[in-house]
Amino acid sequence: MTMAHPDDSAGTLDAQVRAILDQHGRLNVAAANLAAGADLYAAGLSSHASVNVMLALEAAFDLEFPDRLLTRGVFQSIASISDALAELHAR
Amino acid sequence: MPMSTPVPVAVALEAKPLPAAGLRVGVDTVEIADVAASLQHFGHRFTHRLFTADERAYALSVPALSAQRLAARFAAKEAAIKTLNLGQRGIDWRDIEVRRDDDGGCHLALHGRAAQRMAELPPCDTALSLSHDNAHAVAVVVLLPRQGTTSLPHPLTPPP
Repeated sequence: MTMAHPDDSAGTLDAQVRAILDQHGRLNVAAANLAAGADLYAAGLSSHASVNVMLALEAAFDLEFPDRLLTRGVFQSIASISDALAELHAR
Repeated sequence: MPMSTPVPVAVALEAKPLPAAGLRVGVDTVEIADVAASLQHFGHRFTHRLFTADERAYALSVPALSAQRLAARFAAKEAAIKTLNLGQRGIDWRDIEVRRDDDGGCHLALHGRAAQRMAELPPCDTALSLSHDNAHAVAVVVLLPRQGTTSLPHPLTPPP
């Protein structure tokens, strides 16, 4: 999968996050059917799957989540993940 | 044995409060096959991001048991995160380390933010139990106030 940089358009970033969630999140629904603010844990994201999502995001965007962003809240929704990626890229 | 008048349960509970009131418990379960898949897909990055050098050395020393050993340790870390209410603080999983005892048991060693969180609490001890079958690993972490200290706040005050 070819990933663009997280400073691409918000729509592209959202789509990239959804693709990774579909591949690694083990959600009980397709990510395309989730609102950006939908609760991913309610959609089936487990603590272990969230680790896989994190590792896949780090590989796709060539960055590393610092400890302070390794929170349940960051991986709560597509929007919160996208916000974290944008913040990391802006640094 | 002489017969005695049955004591209503509610009265008995009121008369004998649990001696360990204030303890905290966290539990987590992990599918071993999921960890095996993560090992295969992410390899070194998965093991080095989540586990300390000693944890890796033990778990990876027997390839056939690596996934279940790592799964049990990951469950322990997640159980500890629940017990210490660290989910919103942001934590490096390697700051919660499972160490093996000579008698075959295990205990937790806390570092970094996890140790910092522990230091904020009234003096207490942790207890850890791990188990697994062919499919799942499970871990239970108990946080127990030391005798003579104030009970842990319930619920724990969320960390800043």
